[in-house]
Formats: sequence, structure tokens, C-alpha cells
Amino acid sequence: MNRTMKNIWAITKKELRIYFTTPIAYVVATIFLLLVGILFYLLIREFNSLSFNAARNPYYYQQLNINQMVYSSLFFWMSLFLLFLLSLLTMRLFSEEKKTGTDELLYTSPISINQIILGKYIASLILLTIILLLTGILSIFSFAYGNPELAPILSGYLGLFLMGAAFIAVGIFFSSLTENQIISAILTFGIYFLFLFLYIASLFTGGIAKDILNYISFFRHFNDMTRGILDTADIVYYLSFTFLSLFLTHSVIQSRRWR
Amino acid sequence: MIEVEHLTKKYGNLVAVKNLSFKVEKGKIWGLLGPNAAGKTTTMRILTGYLAATEGKAFVAGFDVFEHPNKVKKIIGYLPENLPLYGDMTVYSYLNFVAEIKQIPGSKRKDAVEKAIEISGLETVRARIIKNISRGFKQRVGIAQTLIHEPQVLVLDEPTIGLDPAQIIEIRQLIKSLKGDHTILLSTHILAEVTQTCDGVVIINEGLLMASSSLEELTASFKEKDGIIVQVKKETKKAVSLLKEIPGVENVTEKDNEIKIEWSQKKDLRDDITKLIVAKNLGLIEMRPLLMHIEDLYLKVISG
Repeated sequence: MNRTMKNIWAITKKELRIYFTTPIAYVVATIFLLLVGILFYLLIREFNSLSFNAARNPYYYQQLNINQMVYSSLFFWMSLFLLFLLSLLTMRLFSEEKKTGTDELLYTSPISINQIILGKYIASLILLTIILLLTGILSIFSFAYGNPELAPILSGYLGLFLMGAAFIAVGIFFSSLTENQIISAILTFGIYFLFLFLYIASLFTGGIAKDILNYISFFRHFNDMTRGILDTADIVYYLSFTFLSLFLTHSVIQSRRWR
Repeated sequence: MIEVEHLTKKYGNLVAVKNLSFKVEKGKIWGLLGPNAAGKTTTMRILTGYLAATEGKAFVAGFDVFEHPNKVKKIIGYLPENLPLYGDMTVYSYLNFVAEIKQIPGSKRKDAVEKAIEISGLETVRARIIKNISRGFKQRVGIAQTLIHEPQVLVLDEPTIGLDPAQIIEIRQLIKSLKGDHTILLSTHILAEVTQTCDGVVIINEGLLMASSSLEELTASFKEKDGIIVQVKKETKKAVSLLKEIPGVENVTEKDNEIKIEWSQKKDLRDDITKLIVAKNLGLIEMRPLLMHIEDLYLKVISG
């Protein structure tokens, strides 16, 4: 590892250590897994009763698709829960440093602002990955007792990861703005609901307005991926969102020196 | 080792530091003294690269802190006023983290952490969670954190604030023991701290430099008169009137049986005074030089 990587990794390790020595990561992961578990159960139950009814009619039976009927909804709801809970993981990243004064240690150490931001970002990504992998356990049951297609599930997870990654960057940006974790979380929630409303609005509009809303909305870009469609436009959207947020975070921290 | 030249820092309209210049020589401990909100913390934050100055320059070990911030950050250890501690980490893992971000290579990191623990006296709490240890130990962890990369320069912002008297003495001893290997700039608003630990002092008030020199020079320059304080066994009143007769004596006052005798600095009257007291058989008990107290000095400097 070169110097830059070592510095980033030092910050990442520190953040992971704090995530796992305080209850926050456990609470967020537990609530998320619980919600997803209940949701999965309900969707599978619904699918089962449909299957029973459809069994009498071979035509309908052919139409039943676990990917469409269970996983599409599951991914949509998972994305709603996930982003909401991610705000709780990112709210402390910079706010807490500022509040406790540990930012003075970081910014007077021979380590760059970009390295600090990336270190924190990667720690949250690792946590996101762990949480998503844990939900993968549910799919073991689908594969054991059914025959879903793997590709749409994987692309759905990729979508969740990219969306989560972009949203973490948004959360980090808001965390850099204030020393109050609650305000940081509320600002992140604000963006979350804004995107949600844009998505809902896009369902009720048509023409060019719909196209614009669809392009802006966080959730819309995720939709195709849950159906196994990988579009570079969607991936580019999430990546550019991530870069923009992290860049803004850098600007905020850099400008702090001049205030 | 530390040089500050015409430094100015404005926060919006508020001027925190105005055209400040001073120097600290290698291996010395200097105090940055001033009332609250005098600009001490701002000055230190600029020196350590946490804040940028509005105008002026600052050098640490010859490096411009604005042009080579990373070089300066490598040779400076900084204890902010609010201890930069992660409460949820253990003392050891915290110091290990600091060693990592101070770029100590992996092979030397363990030794560096052990050494910092030893110097700062943290052996007994090394495995404890930081939020559970006492304020005095937290302060020590803060100091250990500044020492870990063996910096040439230490910048300590109010290192004894919030400690009990015994802890204050311990921390002062610790700071004194670091002198020589390190050049130290410490800020304080406690005057005794300066007389007990520092070689020199920079006094600032409302962002302006009021005085900057070694302690002796400073005391000498503000002392207009020489004098002594004597105590006699009997007949203090008589002694006062007799002492007034000595040629050259300008002022004799008595308070709590102590007689303060002052004269202008040109000649030394101590010999004449002793001879008189002995000749009149007044019973000399005590005789000590009239020192200007740092408190008087400070108030004099601050009031201009």
C-alpha cells in the first residue's frame, strides 16, 4: 500500500471500529433486516396464495414469476428502508468530529482532506455491503424452494448498492455542514423525501415533465435494475451523484479554514 | 523555531489577531499569555495549519505553514483546548490511530505508541475506554497524542485547564520534562503557569501583541524602582522613621509589620539599610528583594 492508501485505510479502520463499538451499526442493521424479513415473508405468502389459485389454470400459472412478483416489490421497499436508515449511519461522520473537537486532530495531521473523506466513505460502504449481504440470506430460501432468475436479483442488489453509495455521499455532505448530528440527519431525510416526492410526481405526469422528473429521481434509476436491466445511464447517474456530493464535502471542509 | 510575522486573522468583521509578531527559540518553553478571547487559540490554530491567516506569515522550523502545511504538520504536535479524543476507543487503540495518521511506519508504530504511553504515564489505563478515565488521564492522553511522532515543536492550548491542583502540578512537571528535545509554545491565562514553566512569554490582548521577551527581561523592563522588604523584631514605627532618613530612599511604607523600602535604580542602598538596622539594634528578622509580581506585571502590560 502506498502512503495515500494507508492514510485512507487508517481513517476507514477508525470509523469501522467506532461503528462496531457503539450500538449504531447494530441497531441500524437489526431494524433493516427485521423490516426486510417481514416484508419478504408477506410477499412470499401473497405469492404462494396466488400460486395455489393459479394452479387450476395453466395459463395463469405460466405467468407467475417470482422475480416480478416478489423481488421487484422487495427491492423497491428495501430501497426505501435502506436510504432512510443510511441517514442514521452517515449523520455522525463529520458532525461528531466537529462537535467533540477531534477534527482539530485530523486537520492538523499530515493527511489530506480527500483522504479523510474517502476513508469515512469507504467505511460506510463496507457497512452497507455487510448489511446487503446479510439480506442475501433470504434469497437462499427462494432458491431452495423455487426457481427465481439470478440475474435480476444480482442487478437489483447492484442497484441497491449504487443507490446506497450515492446516498451515503449525500449524507456525508450534510454531515460536513453542521456539528449537530440531528440537523445533519434531518437535512438528509429532507433530500430523501424530496426524491421520493419527485418519484411519486413522475408517476402522475406525462411528456417532458415526466422525463425530467424521471431523470432527477433517485428511485426511478433504480427501478430498471430491479427488473434486470442494466443501463449505463443509471450507473453514471449514481456515480456522478456520489462524486458531486463528495466534491461538495471537500469544498465545505476546505472553506472552513478560511472562515 | 517558531516565527510569527505580522499575523492577522479576521472572522468576518471580528479581528481576532492583529499584526502579531513573535519568535520562540529552539528548545525553550514559551507561554502565550492573555485574558480569555485574546486570540491565543486562533494564533495556535494558524500555527498548526487548522486555520488559514488573513494576512501575515508563520514559520515552524523554517517552513512556511501556508506553503508547506504537510511538512509543518509532520514536525508539530498540537494539543487543542478541547481534547481531540474519541471517547469510544481505548487509550491504546486511540494512540495507535494517531500514530497511523501521523504517518509512523507500521514497523515503528508499536514502539512509538509504547514510548508515548511511558512518557505520559498512561501505563495503568492503556486498555481502558477513553470516556471512562479521569479528566487528568484524558489530559495525559491528549499530551501523549502530541508526542507520538516525536515532533520538534509542541503547541499546547491551555494544557492544565480543568485539572485539580495535584494534576496541574503533574502536568507541569511533564511539560517541563519535555523541554530541550522539544520547543514548546503553551497558552494559558494563569499567570503562575508562566512563572513556573516558561522561559519566556508573549502577552497578547484583544489580538494585539503587548509584550514578548524572556521572563527576566520583561520583569526588569517594567520595574521602575529597586527595593527591599524588611521585618524587624521591635519598634517597627521607629524603624520606618529612621529608614526615611537614609539619603536616596524615596519611599518607605509599612503594612502588616513588613516595611517596604524603595529607591531609584541608580544605586544600591541595601548595605546602608542593614547597617542602620543593626546599629540601632532593631532586631533584623527578614530581608528580601522587592520582586515585581507577575500579576502586577500582567495587569500593567494589559492596561498598556
